[in-house]
Amino acid sequence: MKVLVAVKRVIDYNVKVRVKPDNSGVDLANVKMAMNPFDEIAVEEAVRLKEKGIATEIVVVSIGPKAAQEQIRTALALGADRGILIETDEEVQSLDAAKLLKGVVEKEAPQLILLGKQSIDTDNNQTGQMLAGLLGCGQGTFASRVDVEGDSVVVEREIDGGLMDIKLKLPAVITADLRLNEPRYASLPNIMKAKKKPLETLSVGDLGVELKPRLKTLKVEEPPKRQAGIKVSSVDELVEKLKNEAKVI
Amino acid sequence: MSVLVVADHDNQNLKPVTLNVLGAAKQLGGDIVVLVAGEGCGAVAEQAAKAEGVSKVLVADNAAYGHHLAENVAALIAEIASDYSHILAAANTTGKDILPRAAALLDVAQVSDIIRVESADTFVRPFYAGNAIATVQSSDPIKVITVRGTGFDAVAAEGGSAAVESLDIVKDAGLSEFVKEELAKSDRPELTSARVVVSGGRGMQNGENFKMLYELADKLGAAVGASRAAVDAGFVPNDMQVGQTGKIVAPELYIAVGISGAIQHLAGMSDSKVIVAINKDEDAPIFQVADYGLVADLFEAVPELISKL
Repeated sequence: MKVLVAVKRVIDYNVKVRVKPDNSGVDLANVKMAMNPFDEIAVEEAVRLKEKGIATEIVVVSIGPKAAQEQIRTALALGADRGILIETDEEVQSLDAAKLLKGVVEKEAPQLILLGKQSIDTDNNQTGQMLAGLLGCGQGTFASRVDVEGDSVVVEREIDGGLMDIKLKLPAVITADLRLNEPRYASLPNIMKAKKKPLETLSVGDLGVELKPRLKTLKVEEPPKRQAGIKVSSVDELVEKLKNEAKVI
Repeated sequence: MSVLVVADHDNQNLKPVTLNVLGAAKQLGGDIVVLVAGEGCGAVAEQAAKAEGVSKVLVADNAAYGHHLAENVAALIAEIASDYSHILAAANTTGKDILPRAAALLDVAQVSDIIRVESADTFVRPFYAGNAIATVQSSDPIKVITVRGTGFDAVAAEGGSAAVESLDIVKDAGLSEFVKEELAKSDRPELTSARVVVSGGRGMQNGENFKMLYELADKLGAAVGASRAAVDAGFVPNDMQVGQTGKIVAPELYIAVGISGAIQHLAGMSDSKVIVAINKDEDAPIFQVADYGLVADLFEAVPELISKL
């Protein structure tokens, strides 16, 4: 079974996010970039499926600037077999990303498509669902367990009330949540090997898609700052403050 | 202008967050129609009809919609979408699952997790884990939007008398089926709508120690939450997670116990009205957002707090 994993280049999760002084966006100049952490979980799941003998080939795809090759190489070092970069310097919004990924799915015909549930930059949580809708296939979002059984897959999903299992016909789209697995670190020999794995570059036009951003960002601001309050010295003082000052109990 | 609000429910009760989504719909103006897609969900339709400002309730009652499977419900939404200028649902796991798929079927974008309505086409939403707030304008003919419940006041649950109309459209894509569900049972208030929330973090050390927080919560009529660290460590189940990728809460009072205050956690609770932090590490970042900080061993402070309430 062929597995396709989509990964996104985003700001590293340890980097302090700074809003640009002109409120036009977030400052990404000279900032450390990395693979979106949820996508790393998706890659790890694909690698585990291969180790179990279920997946036969893992293709990793990314959309973005030339530098996004780094994130594809990271996925190759973790165990993916080959990479595809859809290279563009334009802004790619979720719907367009889903259309581009649909183009890749039609070329590659994977049985399983894995993505992170959301990227930690836009926090949209849309692309997997949109891709599944465009492909007309089933979707298992917020996945915390994936069991492939013949021509279907059972996905345990983390929902607000607890856990829900659904069964999807293959091909299907699955989006990874935090507890699906714990991604491994790439070993040095594997990082070296990854440099020799094939990486194909496509243009947006190659996939017959025209980028059409529908959402315009008018401004980006810092969130209102919360002021630190006071330190109380005892439980008695805390109870007194909550009763008489904050009046919340 | 006409707004379709997709109701969140469990086939018996309308979830309170739907009233907040209706609050966002009210700010948009125009007619408000509620879609109740489910199975045996007549009682939910009646509750929705009583909510303030609702002009009509559409009920799609069919086994295909019983478990809110996105493949079926999104197809239903797409089928009726052309009558509306806006389609809204709660930004919870159900809304986040269904709505982007419906948007793709309609070839429109989705605006996720809005916290404010600026105008009919302009909305405010946090991104980068709440470290930045964007004002975005949509050029699509139909605006598909998920709404963060804590950003909008709930409309009144009673007082309305909207017409209930049944919708005879069955969309069964045959792509997915429900297998099972394990839902947490609790007599405590629901996390996202509770007036008081008590949350525990890694400092709780194990799941057993959370009993202390349940006891404290019961004294205060509170819900109990947890940090990602506590969930990852297996102390408590995932449905208790508060944060960027868990639940977003904004209660009157939030008590953080043994939580250091990672940015991902703050993203889920920093809109709380009053924040209390109990932590033995006086440099923990949680104290930078807390109104009242108590530097103490939680295993001494929490039992004392319980005894004094």
